[in-house]
Amino acid sequence: MTDTTLVPPPHVVPTVFTRDQLDWLPWLEPLPVEELTDRHFAGLVDASRANSAYFRLLVRDPDVLGARTRTDKDIFYNPEAGLPRAERELAAAAASRLNGCIYCASVHARFAVTFSKREADVQKLLDDGVGVDLGERWNAIVAAAVALTTTPITFGPAHVDRLRAARLDDAAVADVIQAAAFFNWANRLMLSLGEPASPPAG
Amino acid sequence: MSDIDVIDRLLGIAPGSALDRIRATRTEARAQAQASYRALFNPDDMAGIAQQERLAVAAFVVGLHGQSAVTEHYAGALAAAGATPALADAVAAAAKAATGQGPYGSYPAGPLSVEDQPGATWRVDGRIAPILGPRLTAAFEHMHLLILHPRDAGPTALQALLDAGWTTTDVVTLSQIAAFLAFQVRVVAGLGALATRL
Repeated sequence: MTDTTLVPPPHVVPTVFTRDQLDWLPWLEPLPVEELTDRHFAGLVDASRANSAYFRLLVRDPDVLGARTRTDKDIFYNPEAGLPRAERELAAAAASRLNGCIYCASVHARFAVTFSKREADVQKLLDDGVGVDLGERWNAIVAAAVALTTTPITFGPAHVDRLRAARLDDAAVADVIQAAAFFNWANRLMLSLGEPASPPAG
Repeated sequence: MSDIDVIDRLLGIAPGSALDRIRATRTEARAQAQASYRALFNPDDMAGIAQQERLAVAAFVVGLHGQSAVTEHYAGALAAAGATPALADAVAAAAKAATGQGPYGSYPAGPLSVEDQPGATWRVDGRIAPILGPRLTAAFEHMHLLILHPRDAGPTALQALLDAGWTTTDVVTLSQIAAFLAFQVRVVAGLGALATRL
């Protein structure tokens, strides 16, 4: 029997980039919780992710999901050296803004605000896009994330120089690269396997 | 397929070099990027997607990025997996024909519509499609969407894959191939640029 796509229930479609908590509705059938095996839980990494339709869809290929999740966690959560967490999140939000992933941008804009306390600047990035002026250090990070997100990739030695001039060391530059690159992975899954939904009005 | 770290190999990273030390600050990301590569292209269980199909899709996806060293790697792996010269040529020709500039696409109607950059939905050339067959033809058309205009994605595009014989689980794996490679080529391009300044 040929599989079919899902029709999401009626919902409010977000039409702006936002820091609101959004929902995500799959276009393909996630695995039912009761069908999850030990191998699936190994792929989910955190058992609580079994509550998420997104992760229960991706867990159809559990080994890839597990490796993807562990890559993600090290790039963003490893506290050793490199770029401050706020700026890893900024790179993620900038890549998501350029690719047009309203869901991913909402999550990582919230994290960027939590860790940087620069609510107005993060909101400007969401409202006005990747061309905004956020001060030279953030501008250099956003420009690097943008150059890594376009196809063809336009990131080059001049972006490295600009990041260094903004006082990023080599490990921090590598974090910008990996954070932006990782969101070119995440955005494509989030954008193509389902859609965001706003919380109901009122 | 060997299990030498493919990003290291593509960048020519020598043990103890400056770039080796930088990658070592994110040991787990390095190991898990390689684990992702292995899980996608050399898993113990290929499930519903033959290795040759996985590598044909990969060669097409990296071809869209125009990163020649990465493209050569996947074209070589495709040949090693037993692809006929006709298939290898069809993959390369499709990638060349599909190359474009991204990301483009449209937003849900509303305030963001002013940012819409409508663009082509790419279709495999009628002379190449018979060589690829219906499964790879549908897969390549979806890969082009994911790489160059992912915000145009929707359930109709997924239904086209299902109609071509891919299962829901296959579509998850195909999507991971495109998305992972979008990451891998960017890490290689980014660290390659950093290497010129070390």
